[in-house]
Amino acid sequence: MTMGLLLDFFLVILALAAGWWTIGAKDSFGAAVAFVAYGLVLALIWVRIAAPDVALTEAAIGAGLTGGMLIGASTRLESAKQATRAGGVTRRLAIALSALVAAALALAVLGLPHPPPSLAAAAMAALPPTGLGNPVTGVLLAYRAVDTLLEKVVLILALLGTWSLAPDRLWGGRPGRKERRNAASPLTLLGQVLPPIGIVIGLHILWVGANEPGGAFQGGTILAAMWMLAVMAGLVDVPAISRTWLRLLVVAGPGLFLIVGLAGFVVAGGFLAYPPGFAKPLILLVEVVLTLSVAAILLLLLAGPPEREPPR
Amino acid sequence: MNAEVLFGLAGAVLAGLGLYGLVADPAPLRKLLAFNLLGGGVFLVFGVVARRGAAAGLGGDPVPQALVITGLVVAFAATALAVALLRLLFERTGQTLLDTAAQERTSPDQADG
Repeated sequence: MTMGLLLDFFLVILALAAGWWTIGAKDSFGAAVAFVAYGLVLALIWVRIAAPDVALTEAAIGAGLTGGMLIGASTRLESAKQATRAGGVTRRLAIALSALVAAALALAVLGLPHPPPSLAAAAMAALPPTGLGNPVTGVLLAYRAVDTLLEKVVLILALLGTWSLAPDRLWGGRPGRKERRNAASPLTLLGQVLPPIGIVIGLHILWVGANEPGGAFQGGTILAAMWMLAVMAGLVDVPAISRTWLRLLVVAGPGLFLIVGLAGFVVAGGFLAYPPGFAKPLILLVEVVLTLSVAAILLLLLAGPPEREPPR
Repeated sequence: MNAEVLFGLAGAVLAGLGLYGLVADPAPLRKLLAFNLLGGGVFLVFGVVARRGAAAGLGGDPVPQALVITGLVVAFAATALAVALLRLLFERTGQTLLDTAAQERTSPDQADG
């Protein structure tokens, strides 16, 4: 057995163990922590199967944001009664059902066609006109741009759904509670020292995304994390959701993307088509604005529905 | 056995594990965790498909990879909305169970909440 395969086995065992712990942990806090570990191991596996862009997204979104949000939820709901596990017949049925699904998926994996179908050659052939060097960014922002546009719409819909859970009197107010600022707290130091570095890293990941692993979403996630850190340290407050600038920031990225897409009808003969020679500048412009919108949307999704009276 | 088959089978097992948690655990937060676990397994199977499609000097087919990135983002958006709903349920009823019969047994005074 080669060293590489040995490492792969080790990663698979870690992923299965973290998955098992996520399902089997006694309390939901333990389960959420296990889920973060699971996400990080998955990110390593993504690196092993030559998908660094997915690895970055998995680490940032799967482990970081989703895990952090679920850890937060598990501490908030701590006082809720522990539910009793399903027993007897239900449990056995669930085991049978999930074993069946896992077996069917395993069979599908073992029976994948030879030679494997691939769009890699087509993706590479279509890359030079866009001026991009990273084929994944090419897929996301050029020839499958409509997926990316709709993904941002899904994010905005999730945000609207979250906001709409606020009672009428709090509509337009600030999400969450005001964090108290404590100058002696290490969090304050982190909140002051890390954001300048994090903002540079976030923008760097956005910028290199054209040619190397990275991109708008991964960069935006890092910016959102820095913003969140400053909020948690009490250095800044989450803006009230009635603020016009905030709402403009949320829709600016997807809005610009849509305008560029519609303009494609006129100048390039199709929705989301870029005129020859202008593809890269347009994609970069869309990506920069998307990054800022993504950062705002993610922060607001993490902050939840408004919980404080709107400003008068 | 090569790495692709190994990771593909791991994805299948993780999806099964997540499905079990989703069905068997009555607590919505645990269901959410299990659902994301299931998603991770399915994405991994898809990642193996991408890896097998390595061609044209790339380590993997970029089209499925881009779809997984989109999938991760959409899964996050759905999870965020679900967490907000769950928090509201907890604030209104002090419960996090979806079984309304069980809720009425434990908190009859807030059953209309």
